[in-house]
Amino acid sequence: MATVQLLYFARLREVLGIERERVVLPEGVATAGELRAWLATRGGAWTTELDTKRQVRIAVNHDLADAAQPLSDGDEVALFPPVTGG
Amino acid sequence: MPVRVQEGDFDISAEIRALRAGRNDVGAVASFIGVMRDFNEGSGVTELTLEHYPGMTEKALQQILDEAHGRWRLQDALVVHRVGCMRPADQIVLVVALSAHREEALAACAFIMDYLKTRAPFWKKERTPAGERWVASRASDDEAAGRWLGGEKP
Repeated sequence: MATVQLLYFARLREVLGIERERVVLPEGVATAGELRAWLATRGGAWTTELDTKRQVRIAVNHDLADAAQPLSDGDEVALFPPVTGG
Repeated sequence: MPVRVQEGDFDISAEIRALRAGRNDVGAVASFIGVMRDFNEGSGVTELTLEHYPGMTEKALQQILDEAHGRWRLQDALVVHRVGCMRPADQIVLVVALSAHREEALAACAFIMDYLKTRAPFWKKERTPAGERWVASRASDDEAAGRWLGGEKP
């Protein structure tokens, strides 16, 4: 079973009310996209914010990832809104 | 250090002097400074807070510089990005590119900014008379970054 560290940033962190958490990936959750879909089943703001219609970026171990990116034990996975620096 | 994330302000003259130190092969120095405006999306902005993702930010900026080095012949390039609290007229970001010729320095500078806008994990929260709000990303920034995907080169 893979355990991953989740980080949330900016508006997503505020709306979800959480900065970081460690989760054990359940059966059938092995990619970044599956992780997002699984988190969206938590209900409330999770369901609204992580809906597939919303723009959410995912980084795995500090690199932007697409939905198909596989997850491994010990990965750091960050979820955040589109970036607005510069 | 080609990439720096810091709370404090920067001095473009000092940065360029340090980057050029010991080099006599530089023919062009292109630079860009992003500055905080006191308006955005139709309302006044009195304060800006910049958040980032420590660890990923430095890596993402370095990857952008590496890609710029791969596309153009640059002697060196630099990105300094501030985080924390800022006020109108404050400097936010500095990009410098050194090359033998201006076309490459100017193109690299524009490329680095376009990619930074869409790939480096920074987020702006602004204070307006109506309260605080997170700045929304712009489709025009994605388009600006997208124009480099076709292998466009000067």
